[in-house]
Amino acid sequence: MPSESASERRLASSGEASPAPLLVTLAWRNLWRHTRRTLVMLFALLLGVWSMIVMAALVRGSMEQHIRKEILNLTAHVQIHSPAYRDDPAVEHRFAAPSSLADALTQTPITAASARVRVPAVVSSEYESAGVMLVGIDPQRERGLSFIDKAVKLGRDLESAGDPGLVLGRKLAERLETGLGRRVVLMSQGVDNQISDRGFRVVGVFDADPQAMETGYVFIGLEIAQQLLGMGNEVSEIAVMTDDRNHLDALVERLRATAPGLDVAPWTDVQPLLVLMEKVNNVVLLVWFAVVFAAMAFGLINTLLMAVFERTREFGLFQALGMPPRFILGQVLAESLILLVLALILGNVVAWASVAGLKGGIDLSMFAEGLQLVGISPVIFPTLATGDVLIANVVVIVLGVLASLYPAWRASRYVPVEALTRT
Amino acid sequence: MEPNTVVCHQVTKVYRQNSVSVHALTDINLEIPKRDFACLSGPSGSGKSTLLNLIGGLDKPTSGEISVDGQRVDQMAKSELAALRLHKIGFVFQAYNLIPVLTARENVEFVMQLQGLSAGDRRDKAMQILKEVDLTGLENRRPAELSGGQQQRVAVARAIVSEPSLVLADEPTANLDSKTAQALMELLVHMNTDHNVTFIFSTHDKLVMDFSRRLIKLHDGKIVEDKRRE
Repeated sequence: MPSESASERRLASSGEASPAPLLVTLAWRNLWRHTRRTLVMLFALLLGVWSMIVMAALVRGSMEQHIRKEILNLTAHVQIHSPAYRDDPAVEHRFAAPSSLADALTQTPITAASARVRVPAVVSSEYESAGVMLVGIDPQRERGLSFIDKAVKLGRDLESAGDPGLVLGRKLAERLETGLGRRVVLMSQGVDNQISDRGFRVVGVFDADPQAMETGYVFIGLEIAQQLLGMGNEVSEIAVMTDDRNHLDALVERLRATAPGLDVAPWTDVQPLLVLMEKVNNVVLLVWFAVVFAAMAFGLINTLLMAVFERTREFGLFQALGMPPRFILGQVLAESLILLVLALILGNVVAWASVAGLKGGIDLSMFAEGLQLVGISPVIFPTLATGDVLIANVVVIVLGVLASLYPAWRASRYVPVEALTRT
Repeated sequence: MEPNTVVCHQVTKVYRQNSVSVHALTDINLEIPKRDFACLSGPSGSGKSTLLNLIGGLDKPTSGEISVDGQRVDQMAKSELAALRLHKIGFVFQAYNLIPVLTARENVEFVMQLQGLSAGDRRDKAMQILKEVDLTGLENRRPAELSGGQQQRVAVARAIVSEPSLVLADEPTANLDSKTAQALMELLVHMNTDHNVTFIFSTHDKLVMDFSRRLIKLHDGKIVEDKRRE
């Protein structure tokens, strides 16, 4: 009959307590047995976490700026057109907005909405001609919808939909060898398929980013454009801005129901390249995370393996004293987890401080010409996105623990008598 | 007649080093009754430590059967062996083998913590046993801050604090001066007589042999003499 030891009797009456406090104590103290090594590893992990978050903030900030700029460059959050307009933005693809649409455009989440005439045209000075996109706007309603209300640097803005003046870009003005106060002629095809033309005095010159906007667009009053082309009250497009560009599905559905014969398109449909760029950026970030994590993981595994090999006798002792192999595994994982959590806390704080310190933007104007060609602003304002920070933290903690499984498994697999005799 | 705490039947252990086989133990048959105070002696390489390691489940026999408290040690999985050692067996090693990052008291509490005792109970029992091994006042020192004798007393305290049914002590007095060794053996005798703990020693030390009630001599992996003393 097997006898019952005192410890077994105690266990039967007390129940098994969690080994976590013991494992955490051992893990914490073992980490600081080699202070310098632990600090070096901690610094390396911190650097990795920092680089993940700051890189994500830079990429996200750059992309955010680019999207905002493109949206303000006459894209808006939602555009409403005649169905064929996006394929052929000609005057015949105009539409008269149904009265029900006017009510729908005043409701939340819409913050601004304006009708535009937007057709191809030719602008001529006494010296040169250029093909442009003629944009007829109501300047009062255009505020908050596009860049133009803040872009005029010489002369004045258009003041109303009936303003007889014309605003063009600085580069176009140079090309046409015209300027403020000079007259130019606009020609375009009217609704009667006849060429309509009219002389305008240049009342404002705007700057734009990218500079292609300065050569590609001229602005006149909406009513003047309608008169010029014989459009009556009809328009080419209605641009809509909301309080959240990322949640447009419900609004688009509502507008489609209100104007069933029209093409209601969110900015993601109007500018699919932007969406593609955002996706590419996400992939680039994930690749960056993977590269940084791989470097971190090698360091972490190396450090843990060294610690495990150095303490072979101790792991043998733990087994001899009755510590189950899973607790030994847990102890090594706890060491890894403590390192990772410390690195994450410090890395997040340092990354946050770095991003806060760069809130004035990073000036990359030395490379600005090249960057502008790909649509990137020369000054990048880092943006911390919760999702990126979360992904960086989850990647480090989850993959870090997974990477630590091998050294931990090694520690738990020693044969006690061999481990105890290891010198 | 006391029931047997340890039974070894035809136990053989062969170590293979490259293509060479070394017979560390050959056909060992041994019964250690409960409350025995037995000593394994013999020259180096005779198989004393190997036999202790096999009984404690730290290693597996090549053939044969080993039972501790009626449980077949040679057939147990790693986790079962760990549980057996945790609840039934205490170890005292020649090289002290304390956990360097824990204090003397924490080392003594270690096994009890694995057993799930409350912090208060652990502390009380650890302080009591440290008093018995004359280490009061040194409980918060780490092993590196203790002398060899003090470390061995901590190791003994750790082995016996949870009152296991069997304590295996491999050369427990090898690194101790005679006075400390005498005190240690007296403590172990006390644990044996008052707490019914079975002890098996492996030793070269005459002092330990003198304290033992049974002397088992090994030579070349075989028991050559098994003598009970009164």
